[in-house]
Amino acid sequence: MERKTVFRGMTLPALLLLPQLAITIVFFFWPAGQAVWFAFLRQDAFGIRTSFVGFENFADLLADPLYLETAWNTLVFSVSVSALSLSAGLLLAVLADKQIRGAGAYRTLLIWPYAIAPAVAAVLWIFLFHPQVGLIGRALNAAGLDWDYRLNGGQAMLMVILASAWKQVSYNFIFFLAGLQSIPKSVLEAAAIDGARPVRRFWTIVFPLLSPTTFFLLVVNLVYAFFDTFGIIDALTKGGPAKSTETLIYRAYIDGRVNLDLGSSSAQSVILMLVVIALTAIQFRFIERRVHY
Amino acid sequence: MATLEVSGIRKSFGPTHVLHGIDLAVEDGEMIVIVGASGCGKSTLLRIVAGLETPSAGSIRIAGREVTALEPSERDIAMVFQNYALYPHMSVAQNMGYGLRIRGLPRPEVARRVREAAALLGIEALLERRPKQLSGGQRQRVAMGRAIVREPKLFLFDEPLSNLDAKLRVQMRAEIRRLQQRLGVTSLFVTHDQVEAMTLGDRLVVMHQGHAAQVATPMEIWAKPADTYVAGFIGSPAMNFLEGRLAEGGAAVELRAGPVIRFADGPRPGPDGLPLIIGIRPEHVILAADGLALALDLVEPLGSETVLHGSLADGEALVVKLAGMAPQDRTLWVALPPEMLHVFGREDGRRIEPLRAG
Repeated sequence: MERKTVFRGMTLPALLLLPQLAITIVFFFWPAGQAVWFAFLRQDAFGIRTSFVGFENFADLLADPLYLETAWNTLVFSVSVSALSLSAGLLLAVLADKQIRGAGAYRTLLIWPYAIAPAVAAVLWIFLFHPQVGLIGRALNAAGLDWDYRLNGGQAMLMVILASAWKQVSYNFIFFLAGLQSIPKSVLEAAAIDGARPVRRFWTIVFPLLSPTTFFLLVVNLVYAFFDTFGIIDALTKGGPAKSTETLIYRAYIDGRVNLDLGSSSAQSVILMLVVIALTAIQFRFIERRVHY
Repeated sequence: MATLEVSGIRKSFGPTHVLHGIDLAVEDGEMIVIVGASGCGKSTLLRIVAGLETPSAGSIRIAGREVTALEPSERDIAMVFQNYALYPHMSVAQNMGYGLRIRGLPRPEVARRVREAAALLGIEALLERRPKQLSGGQRQRVAMGRAIVREPKLFLFDEPLSNLDAKLRVQMRAEIRRLQQRLGVTSLFVTHDQVEAMTLGDRLVVMHQGHAAQVATPMEIWAKPADTYVAGFIGSPAMNFLEGRLAEGGAAVELRAGPVIRFADGPRPGPDGLPLIIGIRPEHVILAADGLALALDLVEPLGSETVLHGSLADGEALVVKLAGMAPQDRTLWVALPPEMLHVFGREDGRRIEPLRAG
């Protein structure tokens, strides 16, 4: 039941909307507008002269092999993080959905990582994987593996992927568990009587029925991997070694805040903005078209 | 097509005992209706037969094969659920063909059998639709179709009609019965509705608190209920129960309400003064000018008949069903015909048969 309130005049509704609008304008539209404007400007090294350069910032970026490499890194990173955290979340949810003793405690524990700040999560992973002080890092080296994520780019990438995925598993777990619990038990029983064994049942009944949830989570996870993993990467590897874990968002930060190349950084932000707009558009389009039930 | 033997099935959920040893032998092609109030264990029994629950003790044999330890998928059964349990992401044809595809039948064979079953149920036009595009009755038919397309040894029905409206329920009831007789598949049908039970079953199992109170044909259960529970459960309005004591050396009962009635079918065993419950169905009570006074407090006219609620001189309630219109009086004079009485022990509620049939 929807309740509609009809206002007389425009003053009160405008006033009620004002705080939200003010926040959005000050913290989103204004900086976003500035970023778009800066993307067309170029400053000299000392910030004295600023000139309008049109699309030159964008053209430079797309011609820069390092930027394209970072873009590829970001793609590998995001797809890996999403795939890993989605499959882990689904697996844990399937296990937690069974009637087991202590299911409540188990679920609570699985939700905890989500409540941890990215930097804290990163420190936790350093304690585990640091080659000299980390528990697992030392064990790996003792076992003869040459483990040092500070020197080996592949290992560094693996580490940020694992840490970022781990952080997101809880979120996926909650949604998958809710999705699983909304599948009527009798449908699964009907499939069992129809002769489908558990694995077959999962792939022909459960997974298709979860597909709206999976799709929603896929978009959320991609957005997360693109933008919200900055803290983890910054605390773990700072994009290194040799830019091997540098993602697009991390490079935008380095170019803007460290190298003070505001024009290029703004152009990068605009590209990222277009990516997130595209992802959101896809999500809305498909979520509205969910067919089941 | 197969026989089903259920022997000594018990089931406990923790400290709660749900089934206390159920024995049942179902013959090939027979339709057995398991009927009882909610919580009597009837659905649990069905789920144990299906393999969805594991019994705490006892065994299930289908067509002579021991299946107690087998998964549902290995029992070669089909089940129609109360909420139909159709696969929401599949079309009607896919729903019906799912079990066949799982068994690895070739596509054309699956399509052929789905079409045949659909024709039998009159749902050919719906084959490409999704379950959510169907009405309740259509979903019910699809669920039936999914069951019959597999040609299983055993049909299980778990209250399949209770989500339908009254008119459709009567229609589907007849349809299920016709279909079952035509296919000749051994069936178990669970319901809480006594009319469904009476009309559908070759035999009924009346369940009460985890026991099978009586297993018999519908008419036998109606004519000779095994105990007061069955007597009160089957028949509408429910049977009247009056307290009494055995008298005249077992040949008669002395009702608390006054009269002494001689049994029409012979004396009952037991000492004089044995506490009894005398049952009589409302439609068997007759009007008699020299009978008992019944003070009426509620009259329910149903058109072709009238149900009258009242109390006897000793305060015991008595319901009377009379053909035709209601009498206008506040007091009715009634008699209890001896040949219509059911005699039960008051201690255990069991039926007491006469010493010699007579």
